[in-house]
Amino acid sequence: MGLRLSCKEASRLISQGMESRLSLGERIALRLHVRICDACTRFTSQVKFLRRALQAYPGPDDPEER
Amino acid sequence: MSAESSVAPLELERHRPYLLRFALLQLRERGAAEDAVQDALLAAIQGAAGFAGQSSVRTWLIGILKHKIIDSIRKTSREQPIDSRIEIEGAEDLEAFFADDGHFGEAPAEWASPERSLEERRFFEALERCLQSLPNNTARAFTMRELMGLETEEICKELRISTSNCWVMLYRARMSLRACLERIWFMAGPAKAG
Repeated sequence: MGLRLSCKEASRLISQGMESRLSLGERIALRLHVRICDACTRFTSQVKFLRRALQAYPGPDDPEER
Repeated sequence: MSAESSVAPLELERHRPYLLRFALLQLRERGAAEDAVQDALLAAIQGAAGFAGQSSVRTWLIGILKHKIIDSIRKTSREQPIDSRIEIEGAEDLEAFFADDGHFGEAPAEWASPERSLEERRFFEALERCLQSLPNNTARAFTMRELMGLETEEICKELRISTSNCWVMLYRARMSLRACLERIWFMAGPAKAG
């Protein structure tokens, strides 16, 4: 994998980085890509949001359950 | 006799619907989810004195329920190990998210105040619908990771799949869920408020 990533490669690494530590080369390539790519910047915050959403599941109570 | 117990059984029972939703999201099968909740509530009643009151009763119950859910997953994967080849073949549909040059086919859009969605019950219903649209084992791996908080190694072990298969499944789950939530919640416009 070169230094220039496509969004396809970058998004896969973003996901994988949530599971294990990426190699130095991967981290550098990813940082370079995300810096210039709005789509992958949003992708990063959205998959992190997904994690918070699942941690908050099932969310607020039904009013009648209280 | 249970004077030292800090939580009354009735108080525990009140949390049953909440626990059931949690178990259902992971186990995706009503019978198995009800069994896990029943086991968790029984264990909680027996161990009610052990509730230290440092967390909420609900958090304490979820902790017990997670163990019961893992027991249930182990039982199922012993009885019917998943055929990861089938799941991985499905990974081809990842291609559908991208153009030939590797750019997003449809770039992720800006989401308006996502944190506020976490206060809305309807958001979680949308999340449930999106999870239901995933292939069974993909959803299972994803909720084991994010709902149950298990590490990838544990998930691979329980589902008997390789680490790289596990990563592909999680990646695919994130791609699909992100796109699905964007479609039915964040970009759904006034309909979602209705």
